[in-house]
Amino acid sequence: MRDLLRSPAGLVGTCLLLLVGAMMVLGPLLAPYDPQSFHPRARLQGPSLAHLLGTDQFGRDLLSRLLHGARNTVAFGLGATALGVIIGSIIGVTAGVIGGWIDSAIMRVLDGLLAVPDLLFTLLIVTMLGAGMGYAMLAVSVAFTPGMARIARSAVLSIRTREYVLAAIARGESWGWIIGREVLPNAIGPIVVEATIRVSFAMMIGATLGFLGLGAQPPSTEWGLMVAEARQFMFRSPWCVAVPGVAIALAALGFNLFGDALRDSFDPRRRLR
Amino acid sequence: MTPGYLARRLAAVLLVLLVVSFAVFAITMILPGNAAVMILGEYATPDQLAAVSERLGLNRPWSVQYLDWLGGMLQGDWGMSLRLSLPVAGLIASAFANSAMLAATALVTVTVIAIPLGIAAAVKRGTRADLAIGLLAYIGTSMPEFVTATLLIVFLAGPESGLFPAGGFVSPLEDFWGFVAHVMLPAGTLSLVLTAHIARQTRSEMADVLASDYVRAARLKGLAERAVLRRHALPNALAPTIAVISLDIGYLLGGIIVVEEIFAWPGLGRLLIYALENRDLPVIMGVTLVLAMVYATSNLISDLVIAMIDPRVRYA
Repeated sequence: MRDLLRSPAGLVGTCLLLLVGAMMVLGPLLAPYDPQSFHPRARLQGPSLAHLLGTDQFGRDLLSRLLHGARNTVAFGLGATALGVIIGSIIGVTAGVIGGWIDSAIMRVLDGLLAVPDLLFTLLIVTMLGAGMGYAMLAVSVAFTPGMARIARSAVLSIRTREYVLAAIARGESWGWIIGREVLPNAIGPIVVEATIRVSFAMMIGATLGFLGLGAQPPSTEWGLMVAEARQFMFRSPWCVAVPGVAIALAALGFNLFGDALRDSFDPRRRLR
Repeated sequence: MTPGYLARRLAAVLLVLLVVSFAVFAITMILPGNAAVMILGEYATPDQLAAVSERLGLNRPWSVQYLDWLGGMLQGDWGMSLRLSLPVAGLIASAFANSAMLAATALVTVTVIAIPLGIAAAVKRGTRADLAIGLLAYIGTSMPEFVTATLLIVFLAGPESGLFPAGGFVSPLEDFWGFVAHVMLPAGTLSLVLTAHIARQTRSEMADVLASDYVRAARLKGLAERAVLRRHALPNALAPTIAVISLDIGYLLGGIIVVEEIFAWPGLGRLLIYALENRDLPVIMGVTLVLAMVYATSNLISDLVIAMIDPRVRYA
């Protein structure tokens, strides 16, 4: 942990994540206004003392909407990634441990699915399931599964031939025990690093879906949807699109920086440079 | 390059496309409401539905339908768009050309900017220039395309500045400078994300190479730094960089969907969003397959180029 904070990237990343975390936990308590209440006399205003980040086209306070939206946007990224990582790891670890033709067959299917860009994959699944946050989250996690499975599998393959795994096989342990007690604890590092960086992708895809009208639905305070709703008025009041847009970028930046710092701290060879 | 290597790679690409075609077909089978419902709307009578299902062959087993559809695709019969009543193949062909122009502009810009930036950052490691490039790269990878695009429009295409058109498309054959003006913002949006990623990867590859024994040996034997870079470091950092660029084509294809929608660029991405909104199945299937094909082909080409410049890959 101390290594993480020593590099400037890790320090900034950690601070951004703490900020985002605070917004998620305390956001609704700190918000000065109700995020859905209209203030018709204060529409499309720039920052002022009454509205620190300005107001949108209905006079809703942007700071309050931002604070409420953190839960939607960031929790979406965390949830979708967690689900994708769990499913992907199960598939990848199983393929890597069992090996043989089952492994090859699974990997060929995953190769095929990886040829479909993440966003396209997500769009297809959302069309199949329907618009909405829950479905969008499921779609992103399914789109993440092939990539995570590959990473989990390659982590497992590098461990599979180690003596302690061979010893467990020789002892006649069950596959479940070998995977759970011998392989997984040693393969978890690369999986966690990849997952951290993927949270930022998941958040961005979630916001993009909201923006395209396929994710969160009005009057949600999801940040991508906020950008989409304010687009009509963006020339009159650039604040409306800039505030949620920059918020998405900063949250994604936090996960990116933190993930990279985490990778460096797992890999002593990189740390020395 | 051995014929065996080429054949193996080609077979892998074909297998990928087969998997994708099956996945796309499976998604359309799971979709609530089949093509008949989509043609007739939700108020159709059961008799009408039965008649249209019979005509489209929707009552056959799914395996027969899949093989029939795949056979049609292979023979160039991509079906008719349900909403536009136009052949899907023609729609995709014209959209593909427009998307290719946008993607090519972005890719050339990125390659020209990102690789020198990455090399400069690696050579001047630890200096302020390196830090600035690194920071820029992080910001680039953390901005979703729709945010970059919206901000670019606000600041460069608003009624006050009005430097560029906020959207639309002009064919370069009719009005070349009009095309340049229209392609600037969408290509810029796509380039920002990709430049950030490729510059970061190039820097890390180059840093690995610069720390290697053969570069140290080249320096110790007294070669000038320029010669060390050009003869020893660059060729070895090139292959992984090409691999990264080809993987980034995947990002590019995803980004193009959003960017085309925002800038009203009449390409594959816009066609796809239109088809998704209208549940136009034949168009959705066609566009998805084409995008997957482009990605798989670009990976194949990059593998072949890498095999050409790096003999170790060929014999592995």
